[in-house]
Amino acid sequence: MDNSKQIKHLYARAGFGIRYEDLRDKENWTINKTVRKLFRAADKNEPITVLTENIDLRPHPKDMADDQKKMIQSDRYQQQKTLNEAWIKKLSETDAQLREKMTLFWHNHFACNIGNSFYDQQLNNIQREHALGNFKTLLLQVSQSPAMLQFLNNQQNRKGHPNENFARELMELFTLSRGHYTEQDIKESARAFTGWAYDGKTGNYAFNQKVHDEGPKTFMGQTGNLHGEDVIDIILKNKQTAIFISTKLYRYLVNDIPDVDSISQMADIFYRSNYEIKPLLEFVFHADWFYEDKNIGNLVKSPVELLTGINRQFYITYQNPDVLLQFQHTLGQVLFRPPNVAGWPGGRNWIDSSSLMYRMKIPSTILNAGVIDFTAKTDPEDEAYMASVRKQQPNVIKRVQAQPDWDKFLSEIPAGTSKIEMAAFMLEPKINETVSGEINNTPDIKTTVIQIVSTPEYQLC
Amino acid sequence: MDRRRFLQNTALASGALMIPAFLKPFEALAKSDLTGYKNLVIIQLSGGNDGLNTIVPYGNDIYYQKRSTIAINQNDVVKLNDIQGLNPSLSALKEIYDQGWMSIINSVGYPNPDRSHFRSMDIWQTASESNQFLTTGWIGRYLDSNCQSCSKPYAAIEVDDTLSLAMKGAKMKGIAVQDPNKLYQTTREPFFKDLVHDHSGDNLSEDNLGYLYKTMIETYSSADYIQNTSKTYTVKGEYPATPLANQLKTVSKFINSGLQTRIYYVSLSGFDTHVRQQDQQARQLKIYGDAVAAFIKDLKQSGKLDDTLVMTFSEFGRRVEQNASNGTDHGTANNILIYGGKLKKAGFYNDAPNLSQLDNGDLKYQIDFRDVYATLLDKWLDVNNGQILTKSFAGLNFV
Repeated sequence: MDNSKQIKHLYARAGFGIRYEDLRDKENWTINKTVRKLFRAADKNEPITVLTENIDLRPHPKDMADDQKKMIQSDRYQQQKTLNEAWIKKLSETDAQLREKMTLFWHNHFACNIGNSFYDQQLNNIQREHALGNFKTLLLQVSQSPAMLQFLNNQQNRKGHPNENFARELMELFTLSRGHYTEQDIKESARAFTGWAYDGKTGNYAFNQKVHDEGPKTFMGQTGNLHGEDVIDIILKNKQTAIFISTKLYRYLVNDIPDVDSISQMADIFYRSNYEIKPLLEFVFHADWFYEDKNIGNLVKSPVELLTGINRQFYITYQNPDVLLQFQHTLGQVLFRPPNVAGWPGGRNWIDSSSLMYRMKIPSTILNAGVIDFTAKTDPEDEAYMASVRKQQPNVIKRVQAQPDWDKFLSEIPAGTSKIEMAAFMLEPKINETVSGEINNTPDIKTTVIQIVSTPEYQLC
Repeated sequence: MDRRRFLQNTALASGALMIPAFLKPFEALAKSDLTGYKNLVIIQLSGGNDGLNTIVPYGNDIYYQKRSTIAINQNDVVKLNDIQGLNPSLSALKEIYDQGWMSIINSVGYPNPDRSHFRSMDIWQTASESNQFLTTGWIGRYLDSNCQSCSKPYAAIEVDDTLSLAMKGAKMKGIAVQDPNKLYQTTREPFFKDLVHDHSGDNLSEDNLGYLYKTMIETYSSADYIQNTSKTYTVKGEYPATPLANQLKTVSKFINSGLQTRIYYVSLSGFDTHVRQQDQQARQLKIYGDAVAAFIKDLKQSGKLDDTLVMTFSEFGRRVEQNASNGTDHGTANNILIYGGKLKKAGFYNDAPNLSQLDNGDLKYQIDFRDVYATLLDKWLDVNNGQILTKSFAGLNFV
């Protein structure tokens, strides 16, 4: 039996797309075996460790000279770039693509945008470590990470002066979603999280007993001297959390339009397994509905998925990887810079007239070392750096310096593959007559490939 | 296929980028039948412009106490009334102010202000509450409202390469056009053209692929309309040679050629002045003031100023007290500057900011920014603001 269509779809959703190399082995494989193989490859958890210094721990005397301040600003900017580059590289090269795909999901679910890249790296590694693990463990570790404590102001959440930011987002965006808690629940639980803080001198989580509110709190009908852990337990006991996460995952892996039946099956599995992520994903990848035609080739790739997909497919090395950051800016998704705590809205939100044109152009500029004739807006968080170096725009790269491994890519294509078969392999949606006409008219195989990656169809997975 | 042979073939594929052809402009008059078509131009200052050193409260001692090294000297302030005046870098705007074409709204903000650039810009662009996350922008929702004059994809144009969240609705989105000729050339690339032509007649599917094709087709026809309409007009006013002035010059070209666009959006960044603010802000304000003055005078000359309203905002103002690096940190309320030929209340719309009653060192807002938006929606764009904002706002009387 030829499962190639299903396996291709699986790789498009559980990873960042298939290579000929992958499919050749698997045409006669069962879906079971392929899913197992994807999970086995994802067992490998390799954290990102490119940043070794926490700049916040440098001594910062009150009378610091302006030049020193500028130096710090410039070091921070450099760290941001280094981290961004490291993750894009990992996404593009790792064998553990399911782990990275899920890390990207949690990166958006637990969206965080702060000025400290060292903490960003830490949070990213937490999300990677538990990407396929237990959601409760993940939630606890994310909540106690300096990045999130800082971003959602729990550092300022003290007995007598509660800061409700974390409590609110915990329920609204991380677990239950709007309409499943009251304003009173937020007030009470914020008190339970007082004292969850990190030590500014070490950069490590250290529960601060002195500012913790020991008084009785009533949260969702339960009264007692509740701590943060108790609140999280109560939230997870509510099945709505399993439903909310399943809905989000369904929209990430299956279809923009939620299907109530499939989601309720997912939520049952997730809830019964005490929020284990792996069995939930295994269930999705084995479900018949996952492979239905309406769920194939109909998700808009995020900009990072688009770039990662092309990097992987053509084994691209960049002489100047800064260009990838530039593309992320232009297309509206910069890793570690989500627009707000709700993350990137995704789906059709990625597409407007200009972003679509760039998305159709960028693959060919990468493969052709083409010219870039568009610039992105300055990132709001980079404004201070830009102001201090008296520039309005970061250095803009005008030409892509990248090297696809054409030899490798082409050597994997089975002999006798037609142009249309290649298009059918590289594109997830069904191909219409215009596209096949265009592709059949190309003079050589390299042009064929470039034409294929320049289609609207290539924007979907 | 001989693999070696095609690897040697270095010819670029047709997906490569086109070099825009030079287009010879020719003169034409503004279309008289479109007089009375009201335009809104939004200028975003990114990074958090320091409003207190922009419209300077030189008559208030507290200002000089709190800003011992970065306050603008009384002698340098371009005085507008007894209390407030312009930063000297904005001197080009004095003439505009004196003509009654400028209105200054002090202390604009929102409850529970957020001091993060990202978040506060998000709030301004989506017109959300500070604890609410919207995925559509306020102008995008205006486009979604399906009003008579905003159903076209070019009803809102951002003169830039990329589109801001403010311009994105759930169904409709504005279009980003830095250079109409470049956009036109790109969409006339053979491959793009073929895809569009073969699909424009079809009933496009409702799925995401259909949405991509629909976006392409709209871009294709908008590019044609924008290029062919705007090339009939040559801008007559003199503009400085800065990117912002160029963008406003493009807006002038669009307005004067009779483009049926209601909203234009441009931005200028570089206002996050934590360190040595004076030089940096002076540079940016001069770019801003000179460009806006040129734009307003140009529109006056071409008879379009009465039909145009310009609004300038920034995501937040800055702290009242300066920091130790001769700069200012992120603050809250700020001024909004309005320009137009037919202002109901030119000059200062309201009192100067209160520098003695602060909220933790920051200005307290007196006017919700959504009341400003509501005014623009109700009185300029002819839609009911309650349909577009999260609730109904009473609005103001500057227009």
